[in-house]
Amino acid sequence: MDATLTEVEKGRRPTTIPGLGRALRTEEMVISMGPQHPSTHGVLRLDIVVDGEIVADVIPRIGYLHRCFEKHCEHMANYQQVIPYVDRLDYVAAMSNEFGYVVAMEKMLKIQVPERVEYIRVIMAEFSRIVSHLIAIGTYGLDIGAWTPFLYCMRDREHVLDIFEETCGARLLYNYMWIGGLSHDVKPTFKDKVLEFCKYFRPNIKELNDLLSYNKIFIDRTASVGVLPGDVAVNFGVSGPVLRGSGVQWDIRKNDPYSIYNRFDFDIPFGKGEKGKVGDCWDRYMVRVHEMEQSVNIIEQAAKQLPEGDVQSAIPKRISPNASGPRRVRYTCAPRPRRASWGTTSYPTGEVDR
Amino acid sequence: MIAQELYDLLKTTFSDGILEAKLDGVIDPWVSVAPDRILDVARFLRDDERTQFDLLTLLSGVDMTKGTLAAVYHLYSMKRNHKIVLKTFVPETHPHVQSVASIWRTADWQEREAFDMYGMIFDGHPDLRRILMPDDWDGHPLRKDYQVPEFYNGMKVPY
Amino acid sequence: MKNFLLELLNNEALVYVLMALVPLIWVIPFALFGVWWERKISAHMQDRLGPMLTGGWHGWSQTIADAVKLLQKEDLVPAAADKKLFVLAPYIVFAGSYAAYAAIPFSAAFVGAEINLGLFYVISISSLVVVGLILAGWASNSKWSLFGAMRSAAQIVSYEVPVALSILAVVMVVGTFDLQEINQLQTGPVWHWLVFQKFPFLFLACVIYFLASLAEVNRTPFDLPESESELVAGYHTEYSGMRFALMYLAEYANMFAVSAIVVTLFFGGWNSPFGEFLSGPWWGLFWFLGKGLAVIFVQIWLRWTLPRLRVDQLTYIGWKVLIPFSFAIILGVGAWVLAAGQ
Repeated sequence: MDATLTEVEKGRRPTTIPGLGRALRTEEMVISMGPQHPSTHGVLRLDIVVDGEIVADVIPRIGYLHRCFEKHCEHMANYQQVIPYVDRLDYVAAMSNEFGYVVAMEKMLKIQVPERVEYIRVIMAEFSRIVSHLIAIGTYGLDIGAWTPFLYCMRDREHVLDIFEETCGARLLYNYMWIGGLSHDVKPTFKDKVLEFCKYFRPNIKELNDLLSYNKIFIDRTASVGVLPGDVAVNFGVSGPVLRGSGVQWDIRKNDPYSIYNRFDFDIPFGKGEKGKVGDCWDRYMVRVHEMEQSVNIIEQAAKQLPEGDVQSAIPKRISPNASGPRRVRYTCAPRPRRASWGTTSYPTGEVDR
Repeated sequence: MIAQELYDLLKTTFSDGILEAKLDGVIDPWVSVAPDRILDVARFLRDDERTQFDLLTLLSGVDMTKGTLAAVYHLYSMKRNHKIVLKTFVPETHPHVQSVASIWRTADWQEREAFDMYGMIFDGHPDLRRILMPDDWDGHPLRKDYQVPEFYNGMKVPY
Repeated sequence: MKNFLLELLNNEALVYVLMALVPLIWVIPFALFGVWWERKISAHMQDRLGPMLTGGWHGWSQTIADAVKLLQKEDLVPAAADKKLFVLAPYIVFAGSYAAYAAIPFSAAFVGAEINLGLFYVISISSLVVVGLILAGWASNSKWSLFGAMRSAAQIVSYEVPVALSILAVVMVVGTFDLQEINQLQTGPVWHWLVFQKFPFLFLACVIYFLASLAEVNRTPFDLPESESELVAGYHTEYSGMRFALMYLAEYANMFAVSAIVVTLFFGGWNSPFGEFLSGPWWGLFWFLGKGLAVIFVQIWLRWTLPRLRVDQLTYIGWKVLIPFSFAIILGVGAWVLAAGQ
């Protein structure tokens, strides 16, 4: 199922039956793929128009996972209560969601968070990126028919989730980053565990490369397929690994640093068209693999520099969004937007604006 | 280019199209554009050598209450590394804004979302349908005066 | 064995029925064992345990429990399906794969039907499977099933050609279609096995046959007809209960059938690898089944390692790689045989 051969194949398709003299009646078939389908991983529905094995058109219908979070958040009593909701926006990388939200809120409320909080947040966000990329890579292999890499990825993911669980008691939805701080300080063993994971994980990336990334069949199926040129990607507002896969060296952690990302030394992986054209499926896949390596680098640096301190000292007791106006004990989001804020953070699947 | 310079540039180019601006004391400086000039402004901002806003990071609808809706455009230039926010205010009774989907394709789905959630009509949009809510849904849920219906197609809506 | 049974029962019809049932003694336990085995192998390759609870020791009775569950399930036929064909299809699939067992020599003392065109028979009868698959896909009246059926038709027809050609290379060396005779020719030490004869031609033929047979039995990297991440389950998407079990049974029966051909043609069949040592009818059975299971292990190993090919790549490999190589092998073997004969 792939569109790259459309032109060639269509040109060769016989329109008359040899010896019969009349046109062979062919028609396109519309298949409803999803909302429940093994490879939509969630509830996405694609109406696929297929011409034999060739996908001629795709109509996406995306509303199935719309859970009205904005509406829910309007009814929250204060800003802290929104955090569990942002967890659920993308449940495979909940920490990054929280990060985006709290960065935006702190920008609005003009809160300076302690150093230790920033470091722990960066470590958690990068762990989240690793987790999210592992799932992305694993399920990508799964959709192409390679089962084993997926389970290897899940195995490595478990190690990260163990660290999350030890820190905040949850494995998937954390409610960990609060506006101005964190819900819990990390355990004394945290630093060792993080460094141990970095040591454990690096060889596993190599193993994944051997098993899947440089597999001949995998390359054949992904290289030069689904090419997204860089300028088109920018115009479509694509961000994250997909944009970088298209060869655009753009990472908000470098180009417009937030939090403390300017303190770390890391590279921006981007698609080079190693196995086919720049911006093909393989490039997008490989950017994720390289990004995991870079995330490990960042985590290692952050864990080594992790300062001591209190993680809850900056959490505001009262939240007043309107600095010039009278202080209010509670602020309801609903009546009217008093003050708008948005923060941009780098997110495993792309940039996120809150 | 800093926000003040951008504002001056826009003001000299589109004198009547630029309504107001707030450049100091806010997190993101913004410029308010007339709803029927937004397409020209957008095209200028993307194509002009001095601005080169190639990325529309975010397009969102906002209900400002008191009968006003707004479309907010967060623009970013990857080449020149500067940003600006455009806002368009329209009355609830006549929520027509020019579509910028032809300038940045990002706007395609995000305008659909603003239409779906706030009922803003983007003139010239290629395919303005609801994107998240069902096609036969009544009303626009993120408006502040929205009342959640009790029933949808005979099914009870719990929240 | 046939003569023995004739003496014992003195009724020819009964003997034929019994002879036909004998491979079933192997096929059904093998399918049950094979599913469990595959699950355990895949689990261990993937750093997990697989079924561990049912039956006690390493979940040995998991598939028995599954089969019992499938037997009890409601007999579902989709409302819009072509009921007759839908019901018929799994039987045709199983009949096609089981019929191949008639000519497979399990041991020096037992082969279901001693036909001198055994190899030819196996190749042709196993094509019946594809008829069943197309029937299943068509009769389900589901687009996914239809896709699976069309893919399986294209795939199996493409790969019949390299299968036949690589077998032809063997036939040119041994000069017979009789599988039992081919086995007898390989008696002796390991280097008498055909895979080491006319090196490297028959070795290459073995590789080609093995690859093409993977496509014939829809195993990864050629599992497009039932690729679960694309077509849900391909041609058996709409099947459930016992019909689904029958499809599964046929798949595993087919896997062993092609492995049996690989073993018979290239790896000495029921011959002991140590010449006369440990040989005899019962040891023959042991060696035959053991070698067959080893080939199946390789099939499973590949399945849990490799991704799946795309349809165009699949046909590319079939027509533009395997078939030209098979022809080259036939030419090479032919020249060799001709030169050796003079």
